[in-house]
Amino acid sequence: MPPLISIDVLLIAACAWLAIGLAGMLAPRRLEFISKTLFPFGSVVSFIVGVTALFFLGDEPQATVLAIGLPTLPFHLRLDNLAAVFVLLLGFVSFGISVYAAGYFRKGEGAAPGLLCIEYHLFLASMLMVLLADDAYAFMVAWEGMALSSFLLVTTDHRHEAIRRAGYLYLLIAHVGAISILLSFGVMTGGAGDYTFAGMRAQELSPFWGSAAFLLALVGFGAKAGLVPVHVWLPEAHPAAPSPVSAMMSGIMLKTAIYGLLRVCFDLVGTTIWWWGVVAMAIGLVTALFGVLYSTVQSDMKRLLAYSSIENIGLLAVGIGLALLFHSFHMEILAALAMTAVFYHCLAHAGFKSLLFLCTGSVLHATHERSLGRLGGLIHRMPWVAWLALLGVIASAGLPPLSGFVSEWLLLQAFLFSPGLPHSWLNMIVPVAAAVIALVAAMAGFAMVKFHGIIFLGQMREPNLIHAHDAGPWERAGLVWLAVLTVLLGVLPSTLIGLIDGATQQLLGTGLAGRVAEHGWAMLAPISPDRASYMPMLFLATIATVLLLARWMVRRFYHGRTRRSDAWDCGYFFQGPRAQDTAEGFSQPIRRIFEPMFRMERHFPSIRDEQPYYSVKVEDHFWYWLYLPVARVADWVSGLIVRIQGGRIAIYLLYSFLTLLLLLLVARP
Amino acid sequence: MISISGLLGQLFAIALALVLAPLLTGWVNQCRAVLQSRSAPPLLQPYFMLHKLFRKDVVMAHSASSLFRTAPFVIFGCMLLACAIIPSLSTDLPFAPAADMLALVGVFGLARIFISLAAMDIGTSFGSLGGRREMLIGFLAEPALLMVIFTTAMISQSTSVATIVETLAHRDFIIYPSLAFAGIAFTMISLAENARVPVDNPATHLELTMIHEAMILEYSGRHLALIEWAASLKLYAYSCLGLALFFPWGIAEKDNFLGLIGAIPLLLLKLGIGGFVLALIETVNAKMRIFRAPEFLGTAFLLAVLGLLVRLLLETRV
Repeated sequence: MPPLISIDVLLIAACAWLAIGLAGMLAPRRLEFISKTLFPFGSVVSFIVGVTALFFLGDEPQATVLAIGLPTLPFHLRLDNLAAVFVLLLGFVSFGISVYAAGYFRKGEGAAPGLLCIEYHLFLASMLMVLLADDAYAFMVAWEGMALSSFLLVTTDHRHEAIRRAGYLYLLIAHVGAISILLSFGVMTGGAGDYTFAGMRAQELSPFWGSAAFLLALVGFGAKAGLVPVHVWLPEAHPAAPSPVSAMMSGIMLKTAIYGLLRVCFDLVGTTIWWWGVVAMAIGLVTALFGVLYSTVQSDMKRLLAYSSIENIGLLAVGIGLALLFHSFHMEILAALAMTAVFYHCLAHAGFKSLLFLCTGSVLHATHERSLGRLGGLIHRMPWVAWLALLGVIASAGLPPLSGFVSEWLLLQAFLFSPGLPHSWLNMIVPVAAAVIALVAAMAGFAMVKFHGIIFLGQMREPNLIHAHDAGPWERAGLVWLAVLTVLLGVLPSTLIGLIDGATQQLLGTGLAGRVAEHGWAMLAPISPDRASYMPMLFLATIATVLLLARWMVRRFYHGRTRRSDAWDCGYFFQGPRAQDTAEGFSQPIRRIFEPMFRMERHFPSIRDEQPYYSVKVEDHFWYWLYLPVARVADWVSGLIVRIQGGRIAIYLLYSFLTLLLLLLVARP
Repeated sequence: MISISGLLGQLFAIALALVLAPLLTGWVNQCRAVLQSRSAPPLLQPYFMLHKLFRKDVVMAHSASSLFRTAPFVIFGCMLLACAIIPSLSTDLPFAPAADMLALVGVFGLARIFISLAAMDIGTSFGSLGGRREMLIGFLAEPALLMVIFTTAMISQSTSVATIVETLAHRDFIIYPSLAFAGIAFTMISLAENARVPVDNPATHLELTMIHEAMILEYSGRHLALIEWAASLKLYAYSCLGLALFFPWGIAEKDNFLGLIGAIPLLLLKLGIGGFVLALIETVNAKMRIFRAPEFLGTAFLLAVLGLLVRLLLETRV
């Protein structure tokens, strides 16, 4: 018997997930068995997947062929470094989510627990298969499995009309994307009919067909990732889904789309043209700015996070664009810098965004409330969730010393080198794009302060919040694990960059590992310490030392006495919870400054109103600019088609006959 | 790699920042009072103030959480770290590799997040108003500051503060248009970031106009003392950064002990002039409405971008 290699372990893990899912169907109503036995088993499998990828990173690719699939095209599977980085992400992040989910699902919420269990584990297994697939057919099967299982998970609470609508929208856009991906694969086979990825790599595409494949892939994977303008499903589907599912979709599933884009752009197409980078970067910048602007004005906590995910996907697209740009001019070290930023941001975002989504899940369970306007002061009742969410908030705002900062720092460093581009106007425009990145990062801070401040701080906006309870032990364990990932990614950048460097080397032929390793684990200096350096540990240690020392000295030389009283508030007498900012009030400056960016319906009371009220409804321009016109055209076209549908079987048989005749005419041998 | 003299120099720089920062605030207040024909408070008033606040009991609102008590220490730590990284006397700072210019912006951002969250913690109307305005100013000023940093970083091919300062100090005395633009932008950003006229007024408790003061209304005793100290450290850090980027002459380099001694009076002189200029700006300007602040900072941003473009278009590559 040959020794067990990594790819076998991963295949066994996928089967184990499926088995766990099926086991849930044996007793679909027994919540205790499913949540406290099966989900922990699933999380153990996740952990094994993560560890396997961790040990694999840096090794030679492993391939295998399964005996299922099409007659001429069995399933080809391959584990290489690019896939392994994302498998690592999938394993470790889903471990935290599964542990959390063990304590999350309650009786009487939506679908039967058994159904949830099989959908959830099918979702995990299909994501793993997407990453391992080595031919177009296996990839599309796994991709569809992922889309369908996540659709079912989104519509868990299918009794609500709004949730069914959100699910439908998600499914629709996922399939538009899937068609585009399929066409992209078709183009890349170059007419040779070999649908394995190895066959695609062997094809030499002309610049025209290469560009066609790239653009189709950008649309297809962009639809899954949430690039503007195909982002509209994200803010609908994320709030609709149960929180662990939102965390999984935002943290992991969006990254499979990034994986697909990287796989096509850097591995399968084979050529790179500089304007691809410009296109990806432009779309990324628009997406990032759009996402962050809308996330600041949301009043629903999960929508806020969904828009923030759009922002992060935008940043990833900018990184990919930059890497493509450098790669096309053969500036491989700089491309490696941008590529490392992309990988790092994938890992960082998966950690902190899952953490934040799970925190909203705990808040949702404790309060049954998603609207920011009815929350507040929860840090007193839920200190664990509040403090762990604070870590996620700092990371998400891209601030040191946590994970989000490292990737933004790497990205900005890559931008600083762009004046070296051998192209007359690019080298001037590209650095200015960094200004947009800076604006996006700073506005993410605004959105995150709003998120944390309104949910957890201040006074409770509703009296029943006093009964809120902190997260249970399972939920807490899952949150702590993700918080630990966020902190580790923040303070050990050099070690982790060394780990994921195999993927960068695979795509670009060169990596940063050598340069980074020179300076030890504590210092991150991707090019040289004179040029730029960042030592998160020293950074953290200094702040912590000052914090403790200042505290000790104040107590030593003065005192630590504290009295409690009513708030001062400039002596203002009314201090009830209604005097605080609402979610809408907090983002008023943004709505005012960026007014043209939003579609707003506002109502202001007049002097004579008996019952005055204010209201503001912020909507997405893209609905009115793009989706509703398309929907109207589709309606109109189907109205025309209705005319030929007489409802009599003889007529339909006639149509079939005519079609057959036409086909025979056209497709003569 | 870390020499004893470097470490001593580092600790000395930190101690100097702790001591000089309140003095700088006192000096600016004095200059302002003289310019506005008021009788000036003593130069050492900020120290008396800190001592008094440390002695007093902390009075905290009932709804204050643990975050409210932690935030002043975190903010103080961030500002001290910023002062440790920015070269005031010498560029030989062992802590400097901990954070380059981009991370420096991050340090200020971290402090900003904590102070805004602490402001929202009590749940009063002024607190959340202050927090929201602070974040507004922050996200407008931060990109502008990054563009200034980009301009200087492109000149020196580095984002490390020490390398930038060394490169700039070794250049001939020529007025670089890009640096001139960046300098004006940096001044405008510093005014906004340090809650100065025309964006905010440190001397007012007039409810509708305040930003910084609105956030710290609920603080008292040692917490307030730390926040006030941190605010003066921030002013000191920004002043030193401005001086180091745009007037870097006289800052000592590695293994130059004499230069270190010579740098002290020069630093005092530069800070004195800088403080006077700040007071002058505050005197001749009026505080503007909060919704004029985006225009003000937008101008700063455009100036910084212009500086960058000038650098890329006109000035020869190094």
